[in-house]
Amino acid sequence: MDIDLLSNILFAMVRCGTPLLLVALGELVCEKSGVLNLGQEGMMLFGAVVGFIVAFSSGNLWLGVVLAMVAGMLLSSLFALVALVFNANQVATGLALTIFGVGLSTFVGAAWVGKPLTGFEPVAIPVLSSIPLLGRMLFTQDLLVYLSFALFALVAWVVLKSRVGLIVQAVGENPDAASAMGLPVLRVRTLAVLFGGAMAGLAGAYLSLAYTPMWAESMSAGRGWIALALVVFASWRVWRVLLGAYLFGLASILHLVAQGIGLSIPSNLLAMLPYVATIVVLVLLSRDAVRTRLYAPVSLGQPWQPGH
Amino acid sequence: MLLSLEPRGQQSRLMLWCSPLLAALLTLACGSLLFIALGHKPLPTLHTLLIEPVSDLYGVGELLVKALPILMCALGLAVAYQARIWNIGAEGQLLIGALGGSALAVNIIGMDSRWALVMVLVAGTLAGAAWAGLTAWLRTQFNANEILTSIMLNYIALNLLLYFVHGPLRDPAGFNFPQSAMFGDASRLPLVFEGGRLHAGLYFALLALVAVWVLLQKSFVGFQIKVLGLDQRAAGFVGFREKRLVWLALLISGALAGLAGVCEVTGPIGQLVPQVSPGYGYAAITVAFLGRLNPIGIVFSSLLMALLYLGGENAQMAMNLPQAITQLFQGMMLFFLLACDVLILYRPRLKLRWARRTAAVATAGAL
Repeated sequence: MDIDLLSNILFAMVRCGTPLLLVALGELVCEKSGVLNLGQEGMMLFGAVVGFIVAFSSGNLWLGVVLAMVAGMLLSSLFALVALVFNANQVATGLALTIFGVGLSTFVGAAWVGKPLTGFEPVAIPVLSSIPLLGRMLFTQDLLVYLSFALFALVAWVVLKSRVGLIVQAVGENPDAASAMGLPVLRVRTLAVLFGGAMAGLAGAYLSLAYTPMWAESMSAGRGWIALALVVFASWRVWRVLLGAYLFGLASILHLVAQGIGLSIPSNLLAMLPYVATIVVLVLLSRDAVRTRLYAPVSLGQPWQPGH
Repeated sequence: MLLSLEPRGQQSRLMLWCSPLLAALLTLACGSLLFIALGHKPLPTLHTLLIEPVSDLYGVGELLVKALPILMCALGLAVAYQARIWNIGAEGQLLIGALGGSALAVNIIGMDSRWALVMVLVAGTLAGAAWAGLTAWLRTQFNANEILTSIMLNYIALNLLLYFVHGPLRDPAGFNFPQSAMFGDASRLPLVFEGGRLHAGLYFALLALVAVWVLLQKSFVGFQIKVLGLDQRAAGFVGFREKRLVWLALLISGALAGLAGVCEVTGPIGQLVPQVSPGYGYAAITVAFLGRLNPIGIVFSSLLMALLYLGGENAQMAMNLPQAITQLFQGMMLFFLLACDVLILYRPRLKLRWARRTAAVATAGAL
């Protein structure tokens, strides 16, 4: 394997891992606050279609990105209403959100399938981009990838170092105690869900405006679900989310690697790899039930109402 | 003024069954608003969507053709969901059922015996069950979350199906189209009536309906499944074997989805094509919840869902509305159902703000 191929693979790995990273960061914060939102796939798709339509109509990519995030938040607020205010089962509500989001995005985007758009182009950062391997991997990406680096830093700081992170964690570990301390549990959870929605919307916009600048129905191809597995894989730790996102990114571009070393495997079989990898990872990490219980936020997925 | 929720202290049986109806009505209301926003008259559009497709006998037959796979998948899901095993994999299990049946059917095209059909149906059903068995194995052996594994297996199943119709199972005389050869007549499901497309899968669906009803309502295993769903720890304390129940619920679920899939390819389609299912396995999730995980309820909700599928096709042809309206309504309905379900345990109360404050003062005074 020559150095050009390797640097191309690393470049594609980061590109491919970026949407996973964005969704998983959102879901991480959401789960830290004790809420399991299985609607990532739906929010992502809705973000993708809204971002595409707005960018296509207005000619402004960034307007598309912002409104995609708003779109994700809008859907997540529906989740918050039903799951947090009405106290419905979080698993069922998340599934409903995904089914709704898939339907809504297909419906809204029907007239936009296959339209061409010039998306975000790679921007080389002077000096840094000429570092061998790393330069192409980290500093010759498009602006949304750089944004994902910044958002990772922000989330890592908030989760690991800030007071807000402590509050979110307290609410997720023990809502009763947090509430007794005067923390507004439902408000914290709602904000965490909204943040998750915005991140999923952004990930959707990355798909339809940068990764493959177009709209196709169900274009997220299960990335929202893989991101959920990613959070389990990461044992709810933020650095591992980063590592996991790029590992899964690598798994989904293995066809590049296969071509590079001259293997010919049918594309449909290679397309299974990220999903197989997800199952393998889940198996390896869940085998030890105690370990999962140790790291998962204690009240994850449990409904909670004030004043009980 | 403020809407507040007051615990009833018990389940309202009335709301338990009214909530799905309320959800359907709210979906229609929301749908009408959507049609107005798109510049269509709501009533004629609803007519095109929900009445026109079933206004003749042929339409009713088509409704049943669409309802069968949804019904079979949803019955299986109900068994799993009663045990709180979140099998999201009906779509994949259906596809693998279709694939398994087809793999046998294209190899016995020349066989002229009624056993051909039996063998194909059994192969499909077993394939579906085996696919769900993977989820059961991953959960019982490795403690892997069944939601995520069954979803991943859906994507793997779809790619497996695509691989086979583009590769090993492609009709050599089919001009390179991604589809298998047409099955032999001996491995096709007979029609129930001449002239329509309604096929003998109907009898299997009815059989499945009775079997699931007996299992859930009358059998000890069904009782164990429900206890496991209500309280996992309690089920453990009284000695119900959790792993065995997980296996059983998933195998039943997968077998029914596999049967649905193989009935599609041996019934209306007649060959393996990439578009075996327009999302029946996902629709079945909504259908199972809308039918309250009760076999009889599921019959009605699967007919409603089939109507949405038919109506979506009709609205596309007649009014050029995107066919995705089916999925959109599906999602809306499930959302409204979950929201309306709050009324089962809570009573809505309109409160005036001052009344609340006086109440608060009174409570404070009492303390």
